[in-house]
Amino acid sequence: MTDKTQVHGRGLRRLAFAATITLIGAFAMVFFWTPNEADQGFIQKIFYLHVPLAIVTLCGFVAGGIFGFMQLRTGKRVWDLRSYVAIHLSLMLAVAVLITGAIWAKASWGHWWVWDEPVLVSFLVVFLLYACYQPLRFAIEDPERQARYAAVFAVVAGAFVPINFAAVRLAQAYTHPRTLGTTTGGMPGSMMLTFLISMLGMTLLFMTLWKFELTSKSARMRLSSIRRRIARETTTEQAA
Amino acid sequence: MPALPLDSAGKYVAAAYLVFLGVILIYVAIMAARLGRVEREITELDKLLEIRDEANATARKSTVDGPNSE
Amino acid sequence: MIGQTITLLRKDLLLEFRDRESVPAMALLAAATLVVFHFALGQRSISGELASGALWVTLLFASMLGISRLFVAEQEDGGFDAVLLAPVERTAILLAKATALLIFLVIVELIAVPMFGVLLLGVPLGPAIPGLIGVLLLADICIAIVGALVSALAIQTRIRELLVPILALPLLLPVVIAGSRASGQLFQPGGPAAVAGRWPLMLALYGVVFGLLSFALYDYLLDD
Repeated sequence: MTDKTQVHGRGLRRLAFAATITLIGAFAMVFFWTPNEADQGFIQKIFYLHVPLAIVTLCGFVAGGIFGFMQLRTGKRVWDLRSYVAIHLSLMLAVAVLITGAIWAKASWGHWWVWDEPVLVSFLVVFLLYACYQPLRFAIEDPERQARYAAVFAVVAGAFVPINFAAVRLAQAYTHPRTLGTTTGGMPGSMMLTFLISMLGMTLLFMTLWKFELTSKSARMRLSSIRRRIARETTTEQAA
Repeated sequence: MPALPLDSAGKYVAAAYLVFLGVILIYVAIMAARLGRVEREITELDKLLEIRDEANATARKSTVDGPNSE
Repeated sequence: MIGQTITLLRKDLLLEFRDRESVPAMALLAAATLVVFHFALGQRSISGELASGALWVTLLFASMLGISRLFVAEQEDGGFDAVLLAPVERTAILLAKATALLIFLVIVELIAVPMFGVLLLGVPLGPAIPGLIGVLLLADICIAIVGALVSALAIQTRIRELLVPILALPLLLPVVIAGSRASGQLFQPGGPAAVAGRWPLMLALYGVVFGLLSFALYDYLLDD
């Protein structure tokens, strides 16, 4: 099943510590240090949560595709595990991205959903596609085939992410040209710094949770393999 | 986009950060449930090992005692 | 490889010609969807973006049926193993399946588009036809490629019929965007406007990317 020598938990504690410190620091900067944005006011504070989370989630999806590719290349199950955990985690965080995006939209435009925000719309499409990952995966019984098919899906969906973004952006750009200005352009230095630290914190958080789940998954798999071995030995001994 | 006054904007910002916190906590809860399952499995494993040790002990006893008692 | 593709394709087309499973059902679904659009929208005739949207939803629904039936013959008759055991290149299977789906789609559109013109479209269909043929053909190639990929991905699962539409609809969204924007210009009330070059370009790009992906990944899907 998994590689016996693979230890996923190494460095997990340091990573978790770094993520906590950075994220708390970033949020403290958001509320106590960064000035309110002139245009949107206090509501712009959602930006420091929503945007880094969205970027990290998308990177997680793409990373899942890359791990899937490695699984196909090497045939090692550990890549399948990495790909699965990355996609699973991104899927959970994507829910938070969609909800925080909706809250932001409600606060600044008065509607819970706005179709002319291309990033949010394409995010929804990507989310809908990745929501099929688990049903697809668990509808295949054979473990080897499950890993292979899940990897193919991860690669296809990972490639779909940028294509979809380009397509949705193009579609919106010509119907509602006003949203073309990006949210990050022309930010004052203090906001940019806060954004970058929040970005770093989210990345560390993602890595921590990813490693955490990976460790837990591999521990469980190894445990059940030990259990099978002991059960087998016991029965053979009793028979003998 | 009109800038919302702080008292109404604050609610939305708080809600957004709470959603983030909530998702992380739900994730932790799921992982906790899995950890519980791991613990249960280890307990079963422990029992299995005990049974095996007992079986081994009685087997050894019977091989040691067996010929003497006759 | 070309020879193998043609042999496999001929087999698929013969099967379809004999049993008449997919194409009639696809055409019927398309017709029913057009009727549903009439009543759901409550309008006697539509034009512009709305008409284009109705046409694309109709075609997309019809293609979902075709995609989920694409590998069924192999799966049900145990022919899947036979095809896999035969010394056939996987690429040939992909090409044959995609071409078969493309042919089905073209046949369905030959029926559904004139029906759409008669039943729903509020502007004359005639002037839009040359542009529409180009857009539809490009989109069909994209749908055929993605359809062959998705149906191969879903065929080995227990929930094939559920997976195909939920996988294919988001994946085909860029095709819908480009296709409907392009044909929306063709159905303008004042006669067809020129189609912006970026939409056909987007379709072509999408087709190339997913074509290469399927080409690279098909080995893994049918490698048992």
